[in-house]
Amino acid sequence: MKREEIIDFIYEEAFLLDTMQWDKWLALYDQDSRYWMPMEWDQKDPIMQQSLMYEDMLLLTIRVERLSGERTFSQKPKSRCHHILQAPKILEIDEVNKTCKTRTAFAYTETRGDILERFSGWASHDLKLVDNNIKIGLKRIDLINFDAPFSNIQLFM
Amino acid sequence: MDRYENNKKAVQGLVLDKSVHRDVYINEEVFKLEMEHLFPNVWIFLGHASQIKKPGDFITSKIGTQPILVSRHRDNTIHVLYNRCPHKGVKIASEPCGNTGKFFRCPYHAWSFKTDGSLLAVPLKKGYEGTGFTSAPASKGLSRVENVTIYRDFIFARLSKNGPSFEDYFGESLSTIDNMVDRAPEGALEIISSPIRYMHTCNWKMLVENQTDTCHPMVAHESSAGTAVKVWEREKNNSISKETPIAVQFYAPFMSPYEFYESTGIRIWPNGHGHTGVTGSIHQDYTDVDGYMGKMSKNYGETRAKAIINDVRHNTVYFPNIMVKGAVQILRNFIPISVDKTLVESWCFKLVGAPEKFFERSLMYNRFINAPTSIVGHDDLEMYERAQEGLKSNGNEWVNLQRLYSEDEQYDVTEIINGTSERQMRNQFNAWSKYMTLNMKDKLEVTE
Repeated sequence: MKREEIIDFIYEEAFLLDTMQWDKWLALYDQDSRYWMPMEWDQKDPIMQQSLMYEDMLLLTIRVERLSGERTFSQKPKSRCHHILQAPKILEIDEVNKTCKTRTAFAYTETRGDILERFSGWASHDLKLVDNNIKIGLKRIDLINFDAPFSNIQLFM
Repeated sequence: MDRYENNKKAVQGLVLDKSVHRDVYINEEVFKLEMEHLFPNVWIFLGHASQIKKPGDFITSKIGTQPILVSRHRDNTIHVLYNRCPHKGVKIASEPCGNTGKFFRCPYHAWSFKTDGSLLAVPLKKGYEGTGFTSAPASKGLSRVENVTIYRDFIFARLSKNGPSFEDYFGESLSTIDNMVDRAPEGALEIISSPIRYMHTCNWKMLVENQTDTCHPMVAHESSAGTAVKVWEREKNNSISKETPIAVQFYAPFMSPYEFYESTGIRIWPNGHGHTGVTGSIHQDYTDVDGYMGKMSKNYGETRAKAIINDVRHNTVYFPNIMVKGAVQILRNFIPISVDKTLVESWCFKLVGAPEKFFERSLMYNRFINAPTSIVGHDDLEMYERAQEGLKSNGNEWVNLQRLYSEDEQYDVTEIINGTSERQMRNQFNAWSKYMTLNMKDKLEVTE
């Protein structure tokens, strides 16, 4: 994996989310991938400590299909989202196992109807090469105010 | 803003036998009166003793909108105090929990208090000499809440002097807390994690009513639970494991038909308490956890262990504002902020002595159902928000609660009824009316 490919991949993921290309976004994940939103500072364990989300492909697929459901009333009107990313920091590249870790500061906006909510935090990606394509093994979202009471967060940071 | 103040009849008039007036959800004066009357008159959940194990440990909580401080004293007694300095009103503790050491110290002028609330020291004390300080309320330290009951480690308090005793108020409804505690092989629960917090722009009572509303899951949650079932049916052939994922075990029962909810029943108790899932519930079919039954049988005997585990009550409402779900060890606290704003804090309990799997399952249920990122939560909040808006319409000022109403219906009784009845909601509003007006005056007639 080359540095610029990795960075392009991180930007591409945000682009797919912001343009609501959900199926293409899901295709960036591997079968055993996870999307994790911790609820503690520097959280170590996604399962035995409380997380907001720790979702596998089945759960992410359910979320994506739900968004377009005929009777998904919390998506009438639909939500939209917007990512602003800082340049991703590449933490490590493992040439042998073809994996890498990155961390990207972000500002995220989710809007629906007249309501607009802003969130800030860091997205950590564990990436791997599968059949010469970069895939997400783990995406971790650490919000700066993980312990605050939010209203609905319906899309993906 | 004086339609309901000191007007017992007007408040009672908001609750009819089969309907309630919209003002219970949208009127700011009614909300203010709930904070002044309803919440002080009844027993409110504050926290769990496992959160304050050591002397000096404290938690902060609320009764209605009033800040409360709960502390563990050096003799191990638990004290419930008003969280305000007797001097200028500054909150003594602002974090959700912590350890204060031997005393609390107000950060403004360094007045200090023992962990039972009594005044320890005031700087530059000679400035108070000859001022009659000892007879001032401030000299008594942090104001105490006198009526406190700790039931199986659950800390409850009642602020007002006049009101029901703890035992009279909760009565047999405590059996749900008992069942949740008994599910621990060692007969104790523990809080080791922060709650999931979820802000709702709706009146707190909408959330409480929804806990025993069994006619909404298959409708409002079709989008989440229905989609989960659909996706799993399609994907399960590609799944490596043959076992239904816990996620699907959690979501799928929400789609149970009306007949299921009708037959599993609702039990109502006096004072607005009640629960869904009497003979069975959406929690009845989770995969067994290895090693659990053995531990339970060892501690309780097989018959009793089975009775505890097979009592899979769904949601138990402890009026006014908590819900306990024993089968997955969750307590939800519906904390009123304003007439159209409610903070929901959902706590998981660890069953002491049980396999780790139970806590894992509890945390998982909590994030699937009770989080701001939960698709089930999204479905519900959308309905509450629409109701909060819709009720501003003048087309009809009444909310209909007459499903399975009968003319000879009694209040403040224990009964098992059809599980799709709205009688538990009527039960709650009967208690609401009773405790709103318990210490309320009748309207003073204006004389010439």
